[in-house]
Amino acid sequence: MKRFIGFVKKEFYHIFRDRRSMFILFGMPVAQILLFGFAITNEINNVEIGILDKSKDHETLKIINKINASEYFSIDNVVENENEIEAVFKKGEVKAFLVFEEGFAENLHAFHLGKIQVITDATEPNTANTIVNYVQSIIQHYQQELNRTSAPGVQIDIQTRMFYNAELKSVFNFLPGVMTVILMLVSAMMTSISITREKELGTMEILLVSPLKPFQVIIGKVFPYIFLSIINALVILILGVTVFGMPIEGSLILLAFETVLFIITALSLGILISTIAETQQAAMMISLMGLMLPVILLSEFIFPISSMPDILQYISHIIPAKWFIIILKGIMLKGVGLVYLWKETVILVVMAVFLIVLSIKKYKIRLE
Amino acid sequence: MKTIGYIIQKEFRQIFRNKGMLPIIFVLPLLQLIILSNAATFDIENIKFSYVDQDRSSFSRALVENFEASTYFNVLQSFPSHRLAYEAMEKGEVDVILEIPSNFHTQLIREQQADLGVYINAIDGSKAGVESVYVNQIIKKFNRNIGISAIGSYPQQNQKIEVLNVPSFWYNNTLNYKIFMVPGILVLLVTMLTLFLSGMNIVREKEIGTLEQINVTPIKKYQFIIGKLFPFWALGLLIMTVGLLISKIIFAVPMIGSIPLIYLFTSVYLLVVLGMGLFISNYTDTQQQAMFIAWFFIVIFILMSGLFTPIESMPGWAQKITLLNPIRYFVEIIRMVMLKGSGFKDIIPQLAIISGYALVMNALAVWSYKKTN
Repeated sequence: MKRFIGFVKKEFYHIFRDRRSMFILFGMPVAQILLFGFAITNEINNVEIGILDKSKDHETLKIINKINASEYFSIDNVVENENEIEAVFKKGEVKAFLVFEEGFAENLHAFHLGKIQVITDATEPNTANTIVNYVQSIIQHYQQELNRTSAPGVQIDIQTRMFYNAELKSVFNFLPGVMTVILMLVSAMMTSISITREKELGTMEILLVSPLKPFQVIIGKVFPYIFLSIINALVILILGVTVFGMPIEGSLILLAFETVLFIITALSLGILISTIAETQQAAMMISLMGLMLPVILLSEFIFPISSMPDILQYISHIIPAKWFIIILKGIMLKGVGLVYLWKETVILVVMAVFLIVLSIKKYKIRLE
Repeated sequence: MKTIGYIIQKEFRQIFRNKGMLPIIFVLPLLQLIILSNAATFDIENIKFSYVDQDRSSFSRALVENFEASTYFNVLQSFPSHRLAYEAMEKGEVDVILEIPSNFHTQLIREQQADLGVYINAIDGSKAGVESVYVNQIIKKFNRNIGISAIGSYPQQNQKIEVLNVPSFWYNNTLNYKIFMVPGILVLLVTMLTLFLSGMNIVREKEIGTLEQINVTPIKKYQFIIGKLFPFWALGLLIMTVGLLISKIIFAVPMIGSIPLIYLFTSVYLLVVLGMGLFISNYTDTQQQAMFIAWFFIVIFILMSGLFTPIESMPGWAQKITLLNPIRYFVEIIRMVMLKGSGFKDIIPQLAIISGYALVMNALAVWSYKKTN
């Protein structure tokens, strides 16, 4: 035991002595969470749109003013004929055009029908769709004003309640994701590098001939990183709550327990990578190239998993980050306890055990 | 010139000799392009929908049938009580609950007015917004139909003024996400690969000690940097080419604009990334430090590139930060050229910025390489 403690101490010295890495390890998550907490959102506001008004009457002017007054749009470009639209789109600043037909006001009063065309640059489908929806709701509003005098028919009133995130804040959805990505990558990357580093520099041999048992060596190497990751998680959570007003509805103890569980899973993944990789370079490429995009894309961080093709939905089951994000959202936003989250918790435990057993089996204690 | 040639030869040999790295360099990125491009979709489908029907009338059944007929909703089950439905939502089994109150039918007939409750899991706010729109559309349609058929009274309907709104989606009229995502993800993969490889390169020689040997040779600083740069530059272009072929063959991404233009931009762009990588490599002492820094920048570059979330949605200061992000320009350009067919004139501003960037980064890389300790 005494030997083991000595070894852990050595590891701590190694890490804390490297000032530059320490600075990066603690500074980075803080910078990232602040940056992303504010910047990652798919709410739309101030989209630049253009106008082609062939009618130029008081009705079209009213609609244009309404559009301009909304926080979603700012009118940026006015063209005189259809051919110009293409050229403006190609420059890529304006995302949509509103085209009013000729004689809009006359048609509206004489035939009760006015036509507006919304042309969007659909290279970004999500933005295009949202723009169309917003324009639609503004025009509908305008239409209701026009029809205020006529009596309504049968009316079903829909009362919609948004649960867990009543103001539809993007940051509540993205923050658990950012936290997961940072913890996952930092933990897996740090352990995989630190073990392969000993291999590459040849110091692993020295450790292996020491009286320490191989699993003690591994645990000793991982231990400081558990500590570092917990501090990182704490910092991220405190920032989330204080800066972004993220609620923690559920139990703090459960949150702490689940976070430690996830960190251990990520660290064991790092150990496994280090048993496969021969050089630091390979370890880093696997943990960065191999993990970054799958963790970002298949964890419900940004894209809803339920819309993906079936195969990808199955693949997403083996991404630990996915389960941790469900747990985080459950505890922080829904305020549910272990009764509802036991399945996800068990899955993470199984993953951690599996990864640890596998890496102990693959761990070579002899030289080749 | 001959000196540079030898350095390049050495670098290529080192890359191809390392059998463990080859699959990571060549297979991993392309595999990810093929698989992960399918994941990046904001389409909302298979919405987990269930209902609480306390009315049990022909009306309420007809309403539920409308939801069953819709392709967006996956009608899971009906709950006998509001409480049970809510529990299912807490467990994450259900995302949208429709509650039909017990007097729905009678109220509609008698008072021509009735209420419906819709409860949505709104953790993902933008998804919830879309779900709410879909629910409203179906109920509105149902409303219109019963207005005409069952109650049959819309005498004033013809006098209603209507503004018809015809959406038209240019360049991607089926709103296909893959067309939008594949080029962007390709850009990310090429960037990550080249940045990580170049970022680790010089510092690795430093760590192993072979850099000292190079330092005592008459190789000039710029020759060294060019020699280090070129192999990864070629590698980047190769991966880009295979990636473009995959986008064309597997994903049928349209390539309206000129391909040489994409290559022109890519070759300048790669210089920025590689210059940045070599600068990081010179600046750090261990591969671990180099990777942490590269990782820090790449995560910021990826998430602030406008690839996954639109740049216009960011606050003003964040939008200014994205101006320093090379990936942002590349994503913008590859979409403009491939999907819209933008020409050389349209991309001059971005090309100028990237060229300036490349110059600065590589000057820094040469400057930061010190032959003495």
